[in-house]
Formats: sequence, C-alpha cells, structure tokens
Amino acid sequence: MKFIKIQDCYKVYKNGVTATAGLNLEISKGEFVFIIGATGCGKSTLIKMLYREEKPTKGKVIVGGIDVAKLRNGKVYKLRRKLGIVFQDFKLLPKLTVFENVAFPLNSMGLKKSDIKPRVLKALELVGLKEKVRSYPNELSAGMQQRVCIARAMVNSPKLLICDEPTGNLDPETSKEVMDVLDSINKELGTTIVMVTHDKDIVNRMKKRVILLDNGILASDELKGKYKAHETV
Amino acid sequence: MKPFRILFRSINDGLRSVFRNFSLSTASILCTTITLILVSLAILVSINVNSFTKDLEHDLTIVVFMDRDSTDEDAEVIQRKIESLSNVDSVEYASKEVVKAEMMGESDTFSAIMGSWNADTNPLQNEFTIKVKEAEGLNKTAKEIEKYDKVDSVQYGEGMVEKMVSLFGVIQKSTIVIVVALVVVTAFLISNTIKITIFSRRNEIEIMRLVGTSNFVIRLPFLFEGFFLGIIGSIIPILITIYGYMFAYDKLGGYLFSNIIRMVKPTSFVFTVALVLLAIGAIVGMFGSFRSVRKHLKI
Repeated sequence: MKFIKIQDCYKVYKNGVTATAGLNLEISKGEFVFIIGATGCGKSTLIKMLYREEKPTKGKVIVGGIDVAKLRNGKVYKLRRKLGIVFQDFKLLPKLTVFENVAFPLNSMGLKKSDIKPRVLKALELVGLKEKVRSYPNELSAGMQQRVCIARAMVNSPKLLICDEPTGNLDPETSKEVMDVLDSINKELGTTIVMVTHDKDIVNRMKKRVILLDNGILASDELKGKYKAHETV
Repeated sequence: MKPFRILFRSINDGLRSVFRNFSLSTASILCTTITLILVSLAILVSINVNSFTKDLEHDLTIVVFMDRDSTDEDAEVIQRKIESLSNVDSVEYASKEVVKAEMMGESDTFSAIMGSWNADTNPLQNEFTIKVKEAEGLNKTAKEIEKYDKVDSVQYGEGMVEKMVSLFGVIQKSTIVIVVALVVVTAFLISNTIKITIFSRRNEIEIMRLVGTSNFVIRLPFLFEGFFLGIIGSIIPILITIYGYMFAYDKLGGYLFSNIIRMVKPTSFVFTVALVLLAIGAIVGMFGSFRSVRKHLKI
C-alpha cells in the first residue's frame, strides 16, 4: 500500500526558483527511505511539502490519503498529528524538562495527564532515555537531545516519521546511535521513515531505499542504494 | 473534558505571560488604567450633564400671551393648534381672570390693586403655558406659535437655554471623540505587547505548529493575555469610579458649582459604569491581542 504518492509535482517559489520539476514518487507503508542530493536539489522542499509547510505549485502530493495541496490552512494540524518530524537543530524548548518536551504535543492537544504520562514514558523508552525525564535539554549531549526530539515525534504514534538531516549536527558515533534508534522504530513499529541526509556513511551502511534528486527531478531510485563516487554530498 | 483542559491551559499560559513580560505588561496596564480613568470621567460627566439637561428641559416653558380682544373660542382653536406641534409636551390655558386670581393670591399689594379690576378693565392677557419636549427645538416652536392669529407675544428663554444645552451637547460629543481616540491608542499598545510576546515565544509557536496544534489553540493564550491586561488595567479606574464618585458626592453635598447643577446620586449607576469599564478593558485587550495575533502569528 502506497503511503506517499507524489504525482507530477512542481514547486516554483515566488522568487522564480524551481525546487521540484515534475517529480513522481511513491513510498509504501513501512519503508525507510533516504532522500539525497546536492544542496538546492529540492530535498528540503520535498519533505516540507510532506508536512504541508510548502504547497506544490502544480501536481499532487498525497500523504496518508490526504491531498496536501487541497488542505486548508486551518486543517493542517490534522495532517501533522499523523506525522512525526525530527529536525537537524532538535527544536527542543530549553525551559522544559525532557518529559515536558516530549509531552508537549499531547498537552497542546488537550489530553489528560493520566493519558500523557504512559505515552511519554513509552516514547522515551523507545529512544533509551527513560531515566532522563527530569533533565533539561542543555544537560544532555547532542545525541541525547536528538533522541528526545525523536521521542517527541513518536509520542503520538505517527505512521510517518520525517527526518530533516537528523544527524547533521552529530559526530559519527552519535549519528550511529540515532540511526539505530530510527532503524528499530522502522523495524519494530513499522513506521514509515523518510529521511533527508548528506551523510554518505550512514546511507552506505544502512542499505535502504535511496532517492537521489537532481535539480528538482528524480535522478535515481534504488532499493538498496548507496552514494556513488561521482555524487556530491 | 478536552475543551476545558485546553481552555484552562490557555488561561494559565495567558496569565503567566502577563507576569513573564512584566515591564511591557506594566506599560500596557498603565495605559489602559489612564484611558479607563478618562473614560470613567467622561461617562460620569456625560451622565451628570445629561441629567442636568433633562432637568433643564423639564423646566423649560413658553408663555404665549393672546391679544386682548381674544375670546375663549379663539383660545380653544389656538390650543388645538399648539397641541398638534410635535415638540409640545403639555399646554395649560389660563384666562386673564385666572391669572388675576393667581396673582392676587401671591401678595396683598397685588390683591389691593387688582381687586378693583373687573372683566372689562382687567389689563392682563389670556395666556398659555407650554412645556416642550426638547430644549433644542424651543426657539422653532416659539416662533411657530408667534405666527398664529390672535397671539400677541411669546416669551421663552430667548436662546440662552438653547445655547447652554447645545454647549453641553458639544462637550459630550468632544468627550466621546477623545475617549475613542484613547481607547484606540490603548488597543495599539496592548497589540504591541502581544507582538513582543509572540516574538519571544516564536520557537514554542513553531514547535506547536509542527507537532499539530490547531491554530485556535495556538492563538487562545495570546487572546487571554490581552484580556487579562485589559482586566487588570480596569481595576484602579473601577475603584476610582465607585469610591471617588461617592466621595465627591458627599464632599460637594450633591451639587456641582452651585445649587442649580444637581449631581446624579451614586446609587446603582456607579456600579453599572464600573461594569462598563471592565467590559471596555476586556474588549480593548482582546481586540489589541487579536490584531497582533492575526498580523504576526504566522500559522
């Protein structure tokens, strides 16, 4: 079953820059997909369209049955509740504890405290940080902070996890830890993961589906892909 | 219940934010306080001027003197005509015999002089005493009556009262303009405070957007913040309105400047004014924050 369908998708920004030019792509439920390509090739725009931060100029982007282009601003939150997003810069709130940061989406949805607690603890257990509930983000290493970010993205049990260069700020060892977490989420929970990355080692080691974008078009799509020697990172 | 939890959380966030940005909040609260004190003064002055104008209007009369040769039949015709005028509240007719009797009753001197007058020698005139509904139409009504046949002359405030009443009207209108201007300034100031709150919480707002918080839930705490700024700003003006007016009423003995201008008793009306101030504070606060939320909160 296809969870993401991108059909003839064009995205042209107001300043005239074309980010995607007739992109066609399908991602099935439970897949782990790397999106790679040189800076400015349209990777970020593509994943921004998945969580409706950007709208396609032409064509269709369908995520979990929702046509992103037709989604009204006031209804975007409904799409985002079905997704989890992990950022390169973590986007954790420094004045909140690890527990509060992970509970943040559930709190803002108005869930009961008694419902929030077990879900937060489960999400933290998933990333191996259950013992850090009372810590503040600045007391954690960068790798741990990224794992908190993953826990926050997973707390709502999303079907799709979108990762925008999650290892961009991490050293190779810590990157491996984070990737192990993502891999286990994909394998154990069946969560579809779409990850934008520049990290050659990770892509080559994980042997997952690799989608290469070049100037807004699909340059290659391999099931157990790798970075090729000539590809820029 | 989920909606109540969201509401409670938003109220809590809004209130916390008022104290978190204390210096800015203080500026907004002070501006609201000053505006509402002026609004309160304007309302109190307006109510008193209104009451005084009504008193004045109530006492306004036009006295119509009829020709000496006019008969009771003429009087009946004229009375009907006067009664048909829109600004006329009541008409009272007094024949010259009735006027004579009234005057004789007022003093012994009048009684001695007038006692010798009979129906033919009585130099007084038949007259109408007319009460009007609105002071502003007094002049027009009097002029209209003066034109009637068998009417000798008409006496009324000769424009003085009208000028006074229209002056009060001007005072009321200018107060309204000033108050509206101040309310607008306050709304802008509160809007600015909220803008800075939005800016200082931009990371939190961005995360809220990305984790799927609805626009309404994101906006609600900011609206409450403006609401609380307005409410807190109205506390001092409310106290001044209630206790200040009562104090002034007692000190001045219920009269302003002289015994002519009677102050309105501070009974339930000061509490109504207090409620109006509270409502203005709340509405201005929410309007100010709504403006900022719409303009600066990118969702």
